[in-house]
Amino acid sequence: MAKPKTTGMTLIVKTVTRLTVGLILLFGIYIILHGHLSPGGGFAGGVIVALSFVHLMLAFGKDVAVTKVSKNIASNLESIGALMFLFVALLGFLGGSFFLNILSKGTPFKLFSSGTIIFSNISIGIKVGVGLFAIFLALVILERAEKEE
Amino acid sequence: MTLYLLCLLLFCIGLYGVLRKRNLVKIIIGLGIMEYAMNLFFVLLGYRFHGRAPIEAQDQNILNMVDPLPQALVLTSIVIGLGVTALVISIAIRIYEKYGTFDITKIKRLKG
Amino acid sequence: MELHILLLFMILGAVVAVEVKDLLSSVIAVGAVGFALCLAFLILKAPDLAITQLVVEILCLIILIRATIKRDLPLTIEGRWIFNTISTVVFICVFLFFAWLALKELPSFGNPIMAVVKKYLEEGTTRTGAVNLVAAVILDFRAYDTLGEATVLFTSVIGIMAILRRPGRKKVK
Repeated sequence: MAKPKTTGMTLIVKTVTRLTVGLILLFGIYIILHGHLSPGGGFAGGVIVALSFVHLMLAFGKDVAVTKVSKNIASNLESIGALMFLFVALLGFLGGSFFLNILSKGTPFKLFSSGTIIFSNISIGIKVGVGLFAIFLALVILERAEKEE
Repeated sequence: MTLYLLCLLLFCIGLYGVLRKRNLVKIIIGLGIMEYAMNLFFVLLGYRFHGRAPIEAQDQNILNMVDPLPQALVLTSIVIGLGVTALVISIAIRIYEKYGTFDITKIKRLKG
Repeated sequence: MELHILLLFMILGAVVAVEVKDLLSSVIAVGAVGFALCLAFLILKAPDLAITQLVVEILCLIILIRATIKRDLPLTIEGRWIFNTISTVVFICVFLFFAWLALKELPSFGNPIMAVVKKYLEEGTTRTGAVNLVAAVILDFRAYDTLGEATVLFTSVIGIMAILRRPGRKKVK
């Protein structure tokens, strides 16, 4: 009688991953959103979001992670992130020049101060996070292909 | 001054790895060490004795911040270094599939 | 004082990474150099850079290990090895000597001139509204450089997806 082949790692790793992967994703989103108030910003937060997806794929195998973020969704989301950044830049033309910061500045130390900086951070976070996960997907799919041949 | 010289010594170790090693992954590791040394050199240039991190605090007037401009440049450089390393590693994986070795003296067949 | 010890540790780790014959050991040594660099950024009062360097180093280690696992091979020494090594070491010594002559012209460590940054420090918070001055510099004063960096990352992702493509399906008879 054939036992179905289980992919991924051992049971301890899978249980711990179920508990922590949501927390890592939430931490990454927190660092992206508070980029203008505390150290961090779009790039570090984006890499943390990519690391949460990589953690899911390493512990459970390729198939579970691909149902959450497949290859087509990854490449589309990355292009949308880059286009959003360009859109924020072109919005400055309404004020006078390229990349001008035109929304209201608010009071310092609040979440919605500093104009267009928060939207730049969000678009860069999406782009970097999904792009780095697409790199890892390409590497893993290639290894699966050469194992099957 | 000795800190600057130690930093450039780290750069030279990476340079030796790129010039003299025959394994392709060792060359990539030497490239990574050169990137670390140059990022550290930039941030060393902007340090001020008894300075504070370049973030404002509430109800305090901070006069002695370290220089935030080299830190902005190095932030860009770290992420670009990651992109370049990933691209070069993927080229190395393809070369191993085609030739069966990482040795650069054996990868000389050009298809004409 | 701590910076000197940390730099000596990084130099030792780099020598181990370049010289050891086993590929997995040298990848782990490069990871140690990267983590020591993150500590050096913290000592130099740059918390933004420390967070970014830490997470980028973890991702770089994962990608490097993917390339080197199960792919070791022994190498032998070829002829003309002594001449090549000595000429490389002579070149590096000449480079370090001229670098020492040039480094004497820089301002001494710990007292930067900061002529360009004075304006950013005085009116950074009032003009952009951001409290983190490094984020204000990269996303408002110098946002064009960030657009260039986003383009470079996008190009590298497209390049990797083009290089690692599976070459078409075989026909099933």
